Amino acid sequence: MSTEAPAGFPDAAGHFGRFGGRFVPEALVAALDELGAAHRTAMADETFRAEFAALLRDYAGTPSLLYEAHRFSARAGARVLLKREDLNHTGAHKVRNVLGQALLTRRMGKKRVIAETGAGQHGVAAATAAALFDLDCVVYMGQVDTERQALNVARMRMLGATVIPVTTGSRTLKDAMNEAMRDWVANVDDTHYLIGTAAGPHPFPALVRDFVRGIGDEARQQCLDLTGELPDAVTACVGGGSNALGIFHAFVDDPQVRLYGFEAGGEGVATGRHAASITGGSTGVLHGTRTYVLQDDDGQTVESHSISAGLDYPGVGPEHAWLHDTGRASYLPVTDDEAMAAFELLCRTEGIIPAIESSHALAGTLAVAGKLAAELGRPPTIVVNLSGRGDKDVHTAGGYFGILDGESA
Amino acid sequence: MSRIGVAFDKARADGRAVLVGCMPAGFPTVEGSIAAMKAMVSAGVDVIELEIPYSDPVMDGPVIQRASDIALAGGVRTRDALRIVEEVAATGAPVVTMTYWNPIERYGVDAFARDLAAAGGTGLITPDLIPEEADEWLAASDSHGLDRTFLVAPSSTDERLAMTTSHCRGFVYATALMGVTGARTQTSQAAPVLVARVREVTDLPVGVGLGVGTGAQAASVAGYADGVIVGSALIRCLLDAPDESTALAALTALSADLANGVRHPTP
Repeated sequence: MSTEAPAGFPDAAGHFGRFGGRFVPEALVAALDELGAAHRTAMADETFRAEFAALLRDYAGTPSLLYEAHRFSARAGARVLLKREDLNHTGAHKVRNVLGQALLTRRMGKKRVIAETGAGQHGVAAATAAALFDLDCVVYMGQVDTERQALNVARMRMLGATVIPVTTGSRTLKDAMNEAMRDWVANVDDTHYLIGTAAGPHPFPALVRDFVRGIGDEARQQCLDLTGELPDAVTACVGGGSNALGIFHAFVDDPQVRLYGFEAGGEGVATGRHAASITGGSTGVLHGTRTYVLQDDDGQTVESHSISAGLDYPGVGPEHAWLHDTGRASYLPVTDDEAMAAFELLCRTEGIIPAIESSHALAGTLAVAGKLAAELGRPPTIVVNLSGRGDKDVHTAGGYFGILDGESA
Repeated sequence: MSRIGVAFDKARADGRAVLVGCMPAGFPTVEGSIAAMKAMVSAGVDVIELEIPYSDPVMDGPVIQRASDIALAGGVRTRDALRIVEEVAATGAPVVTMTYWNPIERYGVDAFARDLAAAGGTGLITPDLIPEEADEWLAASDSHGLDRTFLVAPSSTDERLAMTTSHCRGFVYATALMGVTGARTQTSQAAPVLVARVREVTDLPVGVGLGVGTGAQAASVAGYADGVIVGSALIRCLLDAPDESTALAALTALSADLANGVRHPTP
């Protein structure tokens, strides 16, 4: 494994090696420049940082716990420490990103935010931050997803957001993202695009990473406090990749800590029905950035498939593409079935219902633990980012396991 | 000078603007799109802008999105678009292609430039490629003698206008308003200001697109710009028609109306 740490990335133009950058209509360049400048000055401003820290502590409920999962550990053959992002307000790591971006929106003097959402988790988080900061909020959501996730649509509306079903293209997350970009082009003067993951044009990947990197900063210290040592590995699921970057970043300069990102392998990468952009995709440009993309021979985006709506995206943040290319992090696919087996195992061994997204990280951890143990000659210590809770997935999981009364499996 | 440049010079000498008509390749079918573009040329469209459909067209409004979806569902490929370029260029009208960056990168930037030039295309409009990311395209377009049209917008700073237009060849595409493609009832207030700012930094002809859909609007834009770019309104003729002959009749009528507009610039 390479020990080269891509610290200091991206460069001034937003490139992570050959990835990242800005592939956008010229009309958006001025707004991206404004956002980049606001991001840089905010991160250097102690008042901003203190305000963000206070919100994370008092409102979001962080630092989240690092919990040693003894019974799950016994089954994994590893010492498994769960970073409990599922306990945050709104139930996932995403609250960190939306609070940071909402603060930035206010700092830029904008009164309206727009967001894209797949399953609705980012939409709910964005609507939450908008309510807290008294911002107008419009959430674009594929029509297929609004039907699948009616409860989240209701949540966003309760919080005062307007939800616009997107009826173009495949009517899912990528089309919601297209529609958000179109809205932004037309309303960029008073509107901030509160993007949901560490993807999109520069400066979004770096900006989102900076707002979620507290996950890893906390976990690193908590692991040292608990075990006296750094972990042997850190694992996370990767869709767009914000939770994984959030926990990886604090460990990038610790070469002895292996970083694993687990992509949604859907029905298996070989079947073509998956969302594993790094493992099963190729280099391309999507949604403003150069990265790994699921595409056909003509560069048309191919629809992704995953039981987890939050991972169901045909691209990935450019920093992950770079971490993959440099060898600093390893990316492996986890199928729907493997993820659901790990979901069930965590429920039964720890009394924790994880998000199906996070279940990919759990399944991947089970898969690599044996190899790591053999390599090290002892059970490894693995920090797993439990990025979200599974309440939102009860219907999907109930259907998968055939345990919903009155509905056939 | 490029063939597009010749068209702009000729129009300027005639005291009128160039009419650029946009149509997605393979919409409603490959043959149907060829017939549509030939009808547009016959009715007075000077330059054809052939859009190579892309699955995620973030600069395009609902009409072009729908047309692109139909074309892609019909299985149109980049190599079909190049064949269409060849057929339409045979009419004598310059054909410039327009597409998002990923299909070009996937085809191979130099290979695309080579094949586009071989097909008789004049150049490429790149709605999501800014000069900072365009090194490969700058080299490929130079080596195959193709025009490069980058976009400028009302939000572009003076510095960016100078930088972007310095990388353009053939003509500059000025987006008339902050938004996506699609006909609008009112013409843009921002466009004349933007065109004047562009003229401060370049001698290249300036085409204005986004929102133009009628002969009267075309006349108004022709009053200050060198080119009037129309897409959604023309495409709508095909989307709304019950059959091909009705569609071509509507397309011919609108093209003629627009062609008349660019010949009678409103001061």
